[in-house]
This record gives sequence, C-alpha cells and structure tokens, in this order.
Amino acid sequence: MAEIKLDWEKVTAAREAARQIAEDTQNYLEHFTSMTVERAVCRLLGIDGVDESGVPLPNIVVEQFKDNGVLNQGAAFWIGQGALALGKQPQELAEAIATGSLDLSQVEVQDPYEVQIWAEKRAQETLERIRSNRLQREAKLQEFGDHPGPLIYVIVATGNIYEDITQAKAAAKQGADIIAVIRTTGQSLLDYVPYGATTEGFGGTVATQENFRLMREALDESGEELGRYIRLCNYCSGLCMPEIAVMGAYERLDLMLNDALYGILFRDINMQRTLIDQSFSRMINGAAGVIINTGEDNYLTTSDAFDEAYTVLASQFINEQFALKAGMPEEQMGLGHAYEMDPALHNSFLYELAQAQMARQIFPKAPLKYMPPTKFMTGNIFKGHVQDALFNMVTVITHQRIQLLGMLTEAIHTPLMADRALAIENARYIATAMADLGAEIEFRDGGLMEQRANEVLSQALDLLQGIRRDGLFHTLEEGKFAGIKRSLYGGKGLSGVIEKARDYVNPFVPLLLKEEADWAKAAARQTVQGGQR
Amino acid sequence: MSSGLYSTSKKDFDKSLDLKKLKPYGDTMNDGKVQLSFTLPVPDSEQAVEAARLLALHMGLSEPLVAHHQALDTGFSFFVVYGSLTHTLDFTQIHVNAVDVHIMTMAETDEFIRRHFGRKLRVLGASTGTDAHTVGIDAIMNMKGYAGHYGLERYKMIDALNLGSQISNEDFIRKAVEFDADVLLVSQTVTQKNVHIDNLTQLVELLEAEGLRQRFLLLIGGPRISHELAKEIGADAGFGPGKFADDVASFICEELAKRQELHH
Repeated sequence: MAEIKLDWEKVTAAREAARQIAEDTQNYLEHFTSMTVERAVCRLLGIDGVDESGVPLPNIVVEQFKDNGVLNQGAAFWIGQGALALGKQPQELAEAIATGSLDLSQVEVQDPYEVQIWAEKRAQETLERIRSNRLQREAKLQEFGDHPGPLIYVIVATGNIYEDITQAKAAAKQGADIIAVIRTTGQSLLDYVPYGATTEGFGGTVATQENFRLMREALDESGEELGRYIRLCNYCSGLCMPEIAVMGAYERLDLMLNDALYGILFRDINMQRTLIDQSFSRMINGAAGVIINTGEDNYLTTSDAFDEAYTVLASQFINEQFALKAGMPEEQMGLGHAYEMDPALHNSFLYELAQAQMARQIFPKAPLKYMPPTKFMTGNIFKGHVQDALFNMVTVITHQRIQLLGMLTEAIHTPLMADRALAIENARYIATAMADLGAEIEFRDGGLMEQRANEVLSQALDLLQGIRRDGLFHTLEEGKFAGIKRSLYGGKGLSGVIEKARDYVNPFVPLLLKEEADWAKAAARQTVQGGQR
Repeated sequence: MSSGLYSTSKKDFDKSLDLKKLKPYGDTMNDGKVQLSFTLPVPDSEQAVEAARLLALHMGLSEPLVAHHQALDTGFSFFVVYGSLTHTLDFTQIHVNAVDVHIMTMAETDEFIRRHFGRKLRVLGASTGTDAHTVGIDAIMNMKGYAGHYGLERYKMIDALNLGSQISNEDFIRKAVEFDADVLLVSQTVTQKNVHIDNLTQLVELLEAEGLRQRFLLLIGGPRISHELAKEIGADAGFGPGKFADDVASFICEELAKRQELHH
C-alpha cells in the first residue's frame, strides 16, 4: 500500500496525550453508575418486557431501587438479595415489582458473599449466551468467507420494520454487506428502550429488541440465499447506550454506533452521564464482537472539513483510548471520518485523499468508518452522483473498511430502493475498476498531500496536549469540538447519575473484560499459527 | 438503443417560443423532452417494460422510450424513461408568492441596520421539535456560513444566537423572550410524514396563545419549506433550498424597517 510519510513521533505523542485524557476522565467516572447502566444489568440478568402501560420492566425495577435510595449498591445486589430470599428468578421479581406487590428493600437481608456468588453465576450464564451468538457469527464468516475490501454499508429508514426488511433484502441482493436500520428521530433522548415490533417512526425505525431480531432473521435468510454473511448495524448512542448494547449482543448485531462525544455535542446529553454509559456499553459491544462506529464524521457537518480536520483526528485518538480502557481491541474500533470537503475548494480531492490515507496509517488495524458527502449535497442528483464517486475512489485507494454509501438523493429524502441500487452500482464499479490503485501509487516526497497530512497531525497533537492540560470536560465546555459548547452540569440525563456505594456490585464488569481478553488471546494465537503456516 | 441515438425523424412542430404554450426543452424548442426514473413493484420483464411505457403515456408523454430497465430484487424493477410532454402551460398566468426583496451584501446589511435601527438586531435560531439536524440552521447562522455566503454570526450588526437542535417549542419561546429577540429563525430538516408542519403549527399557536406572535418576526426554513407554505402556517416568510444568510438578512432588514415606519 502507498504510504504518506508521517511524523511518527507526533503520532506517538498524540496517542500518549489521548491515553492520559482517557485515563483521567475514567478515573473520575469510575466512582459513578447510571440509571441505564443498572437497567442494562437488569437486562443482562434476564429481565425484559413491559408493564400494562408499556413501561419497560428494567425501568420499573431500577426506579424502585432509586426511590428507596439503594441504587448505589447496584441493581445486581438487590436482585440477588431478592432471588436468594424468595427463591425466584429475576424476571419473576421484576413482574412482582411492576404489580406493586414486592419491595426488594424489605426482603430479609442475605449474606453479601452469597449474593456475589449468585450474581456471578447468573452473569456467567448470560456471557455464554452472548458467546454463542459470537461463535455463530464467526462460523458464518468462516463458512461464506469474508471479503477483505471495503464493506458496503447502506441504510434503511422507512419507519416500519417490515418495510425495512423488504428494502434490506433488496439491498443485500444488490451487493450490500452491512444494513443499518436508522433509528426514529428523537429516540436517543428517550430514557427507556421501547418494546416490541414497530411500524411507525419519523425518519427511521424504533430500535427495539424485537425489531433487531426480525431484521437479524431476515438478513440471515438473505445471507443463506446469497452465500454471504450480511452484517446488521444499529445505534447505541443516546440515553440508553448500555441497554441497547445488551439488546445488540442478544440479537447478534454486528456493528453499533457508540460514541459519547457525539451524544454530548449533537444531542446535548450530559457529558458525565454518557461517558459513564459509554464505558459499560463498550465492554458489552467488545465482548459481543460488535464493531463500534464512532461519530467524528458529524463534526464536519457543522465545522469546515479543511480547517477543522484535526478535531476529527484528535477525537479518533480519544475514542481509541476510551475503547481500549473498556477492553476493546483495535479490530473492533470503527473510528469515523467523512468526505465533507467543499467541492469548490481547489484540490479538495487531494486534501481528502491525504486525510483518509493518514487515518488509515495511524489506525492500521481499525475498521475505519468512512462517511460520504452530505453537507454539500444539493438536490442536484447528477452532481451528487459524481460527488459520491469521488468518495468511493478515496475509499478504495486508501482501504477504508466500512464504506457508508452516499445516495444521489441525499438532502432530498431517505433512500428510495432505486437510490440504493444506483449507489451500490457506483461503488462496485469503482471498487473493481480501481481495485489495486492504492498499491500502485506513491505520495510524492514533500508534496501537497504529505504536507496536508502532517499539518492535520500537528494541529491534532496541539489540541490533544491542550485537552490533557485542561481536561476533557473543560475542553467540551470551551466548544473545541464542532464549535459546540456543553457544560459539565448541563444537558440531558444528569439526574440519572448515581455515586457508587463502597459495596456496589456489578458482576458483569470483570466478566466482560475477561471475555474480551479471552477473545483477543485466541485471535493472537490464530495470527501466530497463521504466520507459521 | 442505437436506433434512437441520432434521431433523423423530421420534427414537424412549431419551433417558436410561445409563453402561452410553454413546454420542456431538450435540444429543440417545443420538443417537450423530459427524463424520469421510477421503480415498479413487479419483476423485471417484457411485461414490466411495457407497463413502464404505458405509465409514461398516461403521464402525458408521447413517444415514451424506456431507455433502461434493471431488476432491483426479484419483485422490483427500475426504469429510466424519456418522452415528450404533450401538456403545455400558460406561463403568463403564473403568479407565485415569493420572498421579493433586494439582496444586500453583508456590509450593506450592517450599514442598513445602523442607519435604520441604530442598534444590533437580535436573531434567535434553532432546529425545533424532535429534529436533530442542524445543517440548515448552521448554514444560515454559523460564522462560516455556507457555499461562500457568510452566516449571521459574522454580521457586525446582528446578535445571532443559535440554540442548535431538538429545542422544544416551549423552550424556544422562553429563550426568545429572555434574549429579547427581534427575529426567530426555525429550521426543519427532517420532514417525514409532515412532522415539520405539525411542529411549526404548534409553535405559531403557542406564540399566539401567549400574545407574542406580533412581537417577533418569525422566519422558517428547510428543504421542504417554501414561502407559500410559511405564510399558510402563519410565519412571516419561508426560505427553501438555495437560500442563504444574505437572503434572510435582507428580508429581515426590509421587513423590520417597514414595520418601524408603520409604527411612526
């Protein structure tokens, strides 16, 4: 592969600064849990379903603990108490709480050591369920083979899960590798996860576990027919990050949007809340073998892609370190960036190519998520198709892994079936025609593109060193990312943050970290064996 | 397809422009040429191609040519069709309700405000309701602007405050009073199932209920917004695609100046 000459000392320094930023932030946040983290624990313990008025049982259970002022010991602690005292399953306890016939703070106190053992045993069972899903994915990828080039990622967004399935199956047949079901507008701000199959949504479809299951089943069917494994993507971001990560682990989603910074900046979610949520959700995604997608590409929809490219790089470094802290290997980090250069800019393609190549080299193992033009799409579908073609070229030349296809009708409507087909045709044509171009070209020593990449790198390093000095929270308050200012105590969801008690219990944290480590070890062994062969 | 590529058929229609009988233009006056594409929920087949051709005829296209067809899935086929429109339109009878102002540059606008109002104008903007997209409001308000047109934040005589996305109508109005805004800008990008219309209507109703409607100049914008629609909803103006900060600023100046004169 062609390489741009980069100042690797700066890369190392930037990574180190990001590591310290993530560590400082994490050290502070480790003292807290949140409502959705505890609801995720409920889900991991097997609690699901809704009451008569549609309120999810995990919400009802966690609310009771909060009202009793005991949530700081963790939902697992109290469910364990109840399970041992009453000899009931977590789901039975939740149903009793929902009908108002049970208050777990009133049950006979159990030996905390026994509770711990009970919780660990339950957690092991859940881990097995998640592991079997992951093994099933691995087996399918083995059976069908996985192609090494860019994975073609398209969205469906009809609002109706059954219509989404029709669209998704057609897209798979046309050549899509990844189907993302866009979420209904506003779901990220719901502090609960809706339930059941849904047929109404605005600009997307509600993310529910049943909708996940229906789409997974449909794509597995298509996959068998086509002899390919079709990946499924949905969204963790918002006020329910870890809960949706659990649903994704249960229903074998393959990719999930997972980015607290995105939630802070673009959804005005409180930064403490969402960084706490992100940490646990990334452990769950990590253990489930889900590739996370981060949202740096969005910065460029408000900021200029040339002037502020460094904010994307800086954020990628930070996201990488947060993911590592959650035990996630680089191979699951779909760091985001986007082709949002102003088409009127002289040499815009060269700058974009330089930046994409730079990202590729700095994060060599990460399945980078590359987003198509959106900001400068105008409704002129003919020009739009060409803009998407340039994006497709950069993708192929620089070996981006997750290629989120642009639609010629961007800025007009959510994709029609034919729009998607034209986009896939465009991408495949370029992928075939330019298959090995990246290996054949060289970047001129000291040339425009080399200068550009190093300029962005230097600016990113400056920003990261500034953040290390001032702290991540302060930087967000200053509006350094996407030009958006957010305050430490502002935004949505802060009331759902709870300081942990000394005897706080969450049996899943150590087990999820161990699960991730076990998979990483197995992968490393395989690589070594592969090398010997 | 080669047979249709270089048409040698005699074009025996009137080739002079008649605005009372306006038709689309391909490469000859009054040839009526249009291009369209659509999908039919049937398998790609001879029968489907004929269906596409007949549909084009129904649309009023003469000599429809199905230039391209392909399967999108077993039960769906895609068509690109060309034809000559048989309908005509009397262009001289068309009247539209458009924002009609003289567009000033940023410097002219600042000067206009200084001269007419002697103070900065306060403009509050947001993408309201559940809409999470800020691209529209950012294009108009952000310092950098869009496509070479600087945003309102860069105007010396405009105090611009962009609240971002997902602002409830209630919060928006509260903030408008607090900021003592002269002008409210509302952007609506996501428009599935006409959610933007419900949301905007609710905003106007809330403003009216609180007796605040006349206090602010209310401008709305977005890809599906037209001036016509804006007036219908009860806003003062609407700005659709292709409108920039200078269009908005010029309208604000002219309209507020007009209102100021009325009050004197």
